[in-house]
Amino acid sequence: MNLEKQKSAPVYEALERFRRQRVVPFDVPGHKRGRGNPELVKLLGEQCVSLDVNSMKPLDNLCHPVSVIMDAEQLAAEAFGAAHAYFMVGGTTSAVQSMVLTACKYGDKIIMPRNVHRSAINALVLCGAEPVYVDPDVDAHIGIALGMEIADVEQAIREHPEATAVFVNNPTYYGICSDLRSIVKLAHEHGMMVLVDEAHGTHLSFHEGLPVSAMEAGADMAAISMHKSGGSLTQSSLLLLNENVNTRYVEQVINLTQTTSASYLLLSSLDISRRNLALRGRESFEKVRQMAEYAREEINSIGGYYAYGKDLVNGSSIYDFDVTKLSVYTRDIGLTGIEVYDLLRDEYDIQIEFGDFGNILAYISIGDRIQDIERLVGALEDIKRLYSKPVSKLHNAEYITPIVAATPQKAFYSEKELIPIRETPGRICGEFVMCYPPGIPILAPGEMVTDEIVDYILFAKEKGCSMQGPEDGTLERLNVLV
Amino acid sequence: MDFWFSEMHTHNVKMSIRVEKQLFSGQSDFQRIDVFESAEFGRFLTSDGSVIFSEADEFTYDEMIVHVPMAVHPNVRKVLVIGGGDGGVARELSYYTEIEEIDVVEPDELFVKVCQEFFPDNARGLDDPRVKLHYRDGLRFLRGKHDEYDLIINDSTDPLGHTAGLFTKEFYGSCYKALHDDGIMVYQHGSPFFDEDEDACRAMHRKAYKSFPISRVYQAHIPTCPSGYWLFGFASKKYHPLRDFNAVRWRERGLKTWYYTTNLHMGAFMLPKYVEDLLEEEEHRV
Repeated sequence: MNLEKQKSAPVYEALERFRRQRVVPFDVPGHKRGRGNPELVKLLGEQCVSLDVNSMKPLDNLCHPVSVIMDAEQLAAEAFGAAHAYFMVGGTTSAVQSMVLTACKYGDKIIMPRNVHRSAINALVLCGAEPVYVDPDVDAHIGIALGMEIADVEQAIREHPEATAVFVNNPTYYGICSDLRSIVKLAHEHGMMVLVDEAHGTHLSFHEGLPVSAMEAGADMAAISMHKSGGSLTQSSLLLLNENVNTRYVEQVINLTQTTSASYLLLSSLDISRRNLALRGRESFEKVRQMAEYAREEINSIGGYYAYGKDLVNGSSIYDFDVTKLSVYTRDIGLTGIEVYDLLRDEYDIQIEFGDFGNILAYISIGDRIQDIERLVGALEDIKRLYSKPVSKLHNAEYITPIVAATPQKAFYSEKELIPIRETPGRICGEFVMCYPPGIPILAPGEMVTDEIVDYILFAKEKGCSMQGPEDGTLERLNVLV
Repeated sequence: MDFWFSEMHTHNVKMSIRVEKQLFSGQSDFQRIDVFESAEFGRFLTSDGSVIFSEADEFTYDEMIVHVPMAVHPNVRKVLVIGGGDGGVARELSYYTEIEEIDVVEPDELFVKVCQEFFPDNARGLDDPRVKLHYRDGLRFLRGKHDEYDLIINDSTDPLGHTAGLFTKEFYGSCYKALHDDGIMVYQHGSPFFDEDEDACRAMHRKAYKSFPISRVYQAHIPTCPSGYWLFGFASKKYHPLRDFNAVRWRERGLKTWYYTTNLHMGAFMLPKYVEDLLEEEEHRV
């Protein structure tokens, strides 16, 4: 990476030049630098609304970049060690979908772990490909889904040699990493592409002490949530490509669903954040790493909580661990992660990323300060003092192997009927059922409903998880194929 | 020369002090610290642009936060002062001979250094041999402390700035745990007058009221505070600030004060109706 080149920010600089030209706008957006919407200016500030402009010659066009956006994307590619990078304005969801749509056509098979983000399965609804799920191992103690094991990937490839791609979540929300280099080697030997959902791993490319990044491991495509650890605005994201991916085809795929009015607020935030990462990423993530490690030590010394880190690494299903993640197992104080999550927000004014049955995850980033870490640790100690309960045998977030009875696309577009959930076992599900957080499907369109799944859904609902996806939000009834 | 320091008390209210000269400006890991010389308030110190104290009115605050609990608790041996890096609170505490240990926990070394240089009359409080100064985060210091103190004074002023962690439920909980069974905690309660400050003030009372069996609020007039009107919180496990108040005993000490008197002690707990109302509203929300 050429640091001197990384000091420039082409989109940002073009916006600055454009601002000084004081061009009279007879184009969209209709608020015209905010003058037509004073309340919006009051809320967002003059500077912000004045940057909300249309694509035009001096500012390039995201649908077909030829100047400043192209340059900015090239700089991003270099910063992340990729052959090519695309600025995405539809969230990492759009980057994930572009990967899947690039690798799969109608009827193709794609190997993926069950704990994929809904965006990946949604992509299958769009293109008509068929998922081949690899069961993720679940840690018996802390109850979270782990990485993909090589032996399982190998078996899936053997059973489905015609599959076109292997999809990997790396790292997972909790920081679990798979053996990406070996997966890439294996998949490439069988002529399959490797697509990596690296939504939670923007920082991996910028610190040598962190797990290997998708591009470094030789994956073909990666979706990067710049707005998570990268510091850009919500909804902005990157799609990275390695050598040997047809960029023209990827561009066509992106433009199938991408807006033709990309927001320059998002684009400039990507540009500036990339510059920050390139110039100061190492230093920032060193600080994040230290804060997370400090928090882990302090939380573990309270007793009753288990803030896990590298100690989990087992060489296979937990090949590596991203130490910037702060996940804490809470069940030994008799509380579920969901309960601790609620207490932190309602009683201590602390908003964390999520809580599941057994764990909470606090997101630590370049914006954190040590005094805020002290608050979190102090609150956890106080929660233990005031709210801990006898440890009970609770239902664990067990992994339930899905039975794929129809492709997601076929199920999505089939005729369906809404029937009481207790009557659905044995039928093919017509919609998603997801437990938020962490947003991993319990049921996806096309999957067989079983008694076990229904029990799990009702339990999660009772425990206060937000259940999303179904037409009937109360989950009393479920859509199944007629 | 027309040289003014201004602080926005709300978006629409500004307090300005004519400045003779600026004596110091520096940035620490925690805050920007400035010291000014003025005709009306003498020297004053600001943190991130907000007045923390001035020579002219600091006595009010230091006396009220120390003498009120000291006139109630019959036997204070060990005191914890959180954020008292200027030394003013330690100075007032040092007049009490029965106190054996005073822990002052201040995260910001620069703050202490600046106070020692420009406010020696406050900082001399830190020279008392009973005072032990710890450069630590307050919450971190309290963690693991159990049944150790008779009195905890939270001397931090800003519930929104870098000391926000000291106005939280976890902080009050940690203090409760660190106090003996008859311990008292006093703290800055902010100013209730402007709408913008009211929420913070309400939230503080709600948290303290939930954490301690006795939780009362008292007041003082401090000109450099927003609206000039300031509240303190008195949270206690056993002693009531008025029913257990021993005026005779305190007067016998013969301490010299400029603000606090035993009569004022009683009066300080008699609050204006609107303040009483907003505090009661929070108590009923619990």
